[in-house]
Formats: sequence, structure tokens, C-alpha cells
Amino acid sequence: MTALVLLEVENGAVRQASRSAVAAASAFGSVDVLVLGNGAEAAAQLPGVTRVLHADALSDALAEPAAALLAEIASGYTHIVGAATAIGKNILPRLAGLLDVQPIPDVIAINDAETFVRPIYAGNALATVRSSDNIKVITIRGANFDPVASEGGKATVEAIALNAASNVTATELLSVNLSTSERPELESARVVISGGKGLKDAENFKLLEPIADKLGAAIGASRAAVDSGFAPNEMQVGQTGKIVAPELYIAVGLSGAIQHLAGMKDSRVIVAINLDPEAPIFRVADYGLTADLFTVLPELKAAL
Amino acid sequence: MKVLVPIKRVVDYNVKVRVAADGSGVDTQGVKMSMNPFDEIAVEEGIRLRESGAAKEVVVVTIGAQAAQDVLRTAMAMGADRAILVKTDETLEPRAVANALKAIIERENPGIVSMGKQAIDDDMNATGQILAAKLGWPQATFASKVTVSGERAEITREIDGGSATYGVPLPAIITADLRLNEPRYASLPNIMKARKKPLETLELSSLGVDTAPRLTTVSVAEPAERQAGVMLNSVAELVEKLKTEAKVI
Repeated sequence: MTALVLLEVENGAVRQASRSAVAAASAFGSVDVLVLGNGAEAAAQLPGVTRVLHADALSDALAEPAAALLAEIASGYTHIVGAATAIGKNILPRLAGLLDVQPIPDVIAINDAETFVRPIYAGNALATVRSSDNIKVITIRGANFDPVASEGGKATVEAIALNAASNVTATELLSVNLSTSERPELESARVVISGGKGLKDAENFKLLEPIADKLGAAIGASRAAVDSGFAPNEMQVGQTGKIVAPELYIAVGLSGAIQHLAGMKDSRVIVAINLDPEAPIFRVADYGLTADLFTVLPELKAAL
Repeated sequence: MKVLVPIKRVVDYNVKVRVAADGSGVDTQGVKMSMNPFDEIAVEEGIRLRESGAAKEVVVVTIGAQAAQDVLRTAMAMGADRAILVKTDETLEPRAVANALKAIIERENPGIVSMGKQAIDDDMNATGQILAAKLGWPQATFASKVTVSGERAEITREIDGGSATYGVPLPAIITADLRLNEPRYASLPNIMKARKKPLETLELSSLGVDTAPRLTTVSVAEPAERQAGVMLNSVAELVEKLKTEAKVI
């Protein structure tokens, strides 16, 4: 059995979520990877990768040509695997449609080559499902699989022809608006500090920044905080936002709706700071502090 | 142009579901059901496209049991023009739903299919993409802004590092993310009016499409509960615990 992993390379480095996908895919046998655009060199250094297939022209990672290309080469593989990222969730279900198979998204455990565990109902239940499809198309949650290292491997690199991919009606990328931040990526950060509506406005939300800087943490947000404009959408942690499982998660002024808990309850240590002692976030927290965050945050900043 | 909006009836987002005692699934007996929240956003976007003049008609469709007509009535109370109920008592996978929707789309010929990015029950986030593939249409998933002019749309999508804007030739599939719009509430007069709007019912079997499942549910289990933690009294105590007990800072 051979698995093909759709790999994401950013600024010359393979994303951690993709390295987790490679680790997960190695359960199925040997692993090839597909790189869209730049990054074949970085991919070739991943331990456990046999071949790097390189589609240089598809750097915009558009779903239509990428899925067409994957469908064309899929017959050589038993599993096509991606990370459950915005790119993976966009491309791989489309590939499943082209192959007429049922995709298996957000896999958190692999029982055997055809049996997978995935959360449903915002993580309030875990379903174990067995697939009867010849080719399994799955996305995996990075937080649940230890990533392979960035270096140590020596895969061959092959450019790949774009036959089907060059003939599809596709969207066209017009502009990209990335938030610039020196902080670590949410999904791979060792520490995450998240704010909710309790911070009251966008100005106060910045109170999290000095603490994040001291801890080397990424900053997250609840849906309510994003909807209220305190933080941009890419910071949202939860069922439909980012799924994180850092060593330390600090929840500040957020109540802990089930949709938010779905995105962070696998964190190793959870700290909750909230004025309301009944807030559901305290039920998953290892350490709770019932206090006014506007008093706590300056104290915390000083104590670190 | 016509906008088609596929919607799904799901366990209400405020309900914390319980796993059935025999591990076969979750308990939905007597549980409050509602329209999938992402689908409400997709319905709202369809109505706004009609209100702006970009679309002429908004048609909602659901595939489900007879009871699913309540979410179609809700969508019509919001402002959708008519509804189609594709009746089945089976629970369908996204692949099967996409096959059924494809048959409806070939009959209705919409210029835009506006749908939720994800149903909050199975959390698959797949039907729109599968459908787009089967139709050979472009797709704009996780949309946070839609502007239509003639045969083309400009769509902003939420991506991991921020957002990106795409030119999308129509017809196309759009899947709605949370911040595409804020769905309106249906007013009482509109709820009354919706009762008189046309609702067509047809049997899933009459579409003649493959809806066989490809996944077998082996079991459904509760996730491991976290141990209850401790409440602390001061920041100093918290920092001390994080340093010496949890050893994370």
C-alpha cells in the first residue's frame, strides 16, 4: 500500500500540520507527497517520504486544478491524505467527488487501513467509521499526530505533467490578505492565549499581546470575539475555526461554548480566567481563576 | 439568474448531544431540531442576491424525512421563493447528498448554489466540494464576501493565514462561512406568508441516483472527560502552579 500526501509548504518550510499528515500516512505503507508550487526541496528532506511529486505551476493551490491532478494520479495509491487545513478541506473533498468516494475528514486516530476515528457534533461524540472505498480520501487533525521531523530524509523529486489540471474551469486568485505576525502559528504553538467577549473591545484585546510575547504564545479568540471585531477571523478557535492542542491554553474572558471547547479541549494544560464562576470553561480547566481579567492580566504580565 | 440553496435539518446548535447507550449513534429522540446555522447564512446570502437584483429567484431544497419541511418553511419565511423536499428516511452521506443535489440542479439550472460550508451534526465540510466536482463547476468554499456581476462573482474566502479574494466564473458552488452575513429573523407576517409558498415533495428514489453508503459506523463513543481542575485565588498561585506542578512555563 502506498499513500499520497497533499503537502503544504509555506515560506520554504513544510507546515507542521502537513508533517503530521505524513506521520499519519506512514501507517498505510510507503509515502509519496505532492507539492503545489515551490517547496519540493523542503519536502524531499522529510523523513519517511519516498517520492516528491512537484506541480510547479499550481502555486495558488486552487481546488479545481489540484483536485483534477490528484484524480489523475490517484489510482496508484490506496490512501490520499491531507491536513485538515483550509487548503486540505478545500481540495480533498473535491478530489473525493471526482473519484466518487466518500471522504473522511478530521481523522483523529487510525485503527487500521480502512477504519478511522473522527469527531462529530463539535467533538461531543467520536465516531469510528469503516470505509469500503478503494481509495480512501482523508484529512487528519494535526494536533492528534506527532509530526515527522523537517529534515533527515532524502526523497526523489519528479516534476509532474498537468494534463487534466490545465483543462478545468477554475477560480482565479485575485489577491491575498495575510495577517502579519511574528508570533507562532496557532496550530503549532506550544502556548496559546485566547480572548473572548469579556475583553469588551478590540483595544482591550491587545492586553493579551505582552503576555503572549513573554510566553512565546500564539493568540486565539472565541467566535464571539471575532464576530464583534476584536480579532480577525484566522484567530478563531473552535468547531469551525482552528483546532489547537498546545501544552498550555489560557482562556481569558471567554465562557467556553461547546463550539469553542471543540477547538481546544485536547490541550494538555488549560487555564481559565473568568469573572463568572459558572462559566463552562471552568469545567475543562486544570486551573481556574474567578477574577476580573482587567486586574489579572497586568498582574500576570508582571509575574512572568 | 436563480440561486439554489440546499439546507439541512440538524440537532439545534445549543443542544449538547448524548451518545446512545448502545453506541450506535447519538440520541436525537425528542431533541430540538433546527436549520443548520451555516445554511441559514447561505439562505440569507441567496435572498440578498435577489434583493440586490443579481438573482431573480431563491429556491431551497432539503433531502430528508417529512419533518424536514419545517426548515424549508423557515427558509421561505426568511424570504426564499419556493422549496423542494426530496423525501427519504435514510441518513445520507455527503457523496449521496451531492448525487441527489446534482439531479435537482440539472433540472433547476441555477447560476449559483449557495450552501453552508459544514453541517454541525456530522461536521463533514464536504458536500459542496463533492457537488462542485461532480458538476465540473468551480467552487468558492468558506466564503466571507460575495459580489456578483453578470456571469462572474468575486468571492473572498477565509484561509488559514487570513483571507483571499477570487474571481469565480458562474455557475459555481459557494459555501458560506460564519461571517458572510447575519441571517435575518423571520417576522410573523412572513411566517404566515411562507405557509402559502410552493413546496414540492418528491421521493429520493424518483431521482434514480446512487445514494448507497460507503462508510459503516462501527461505533460512536463519548470523548474522554477531562478531570476537574482546581480553583486558585491569585495570579501568584497560578504562575507557581504552572511552573512547578504543570511545568509548562
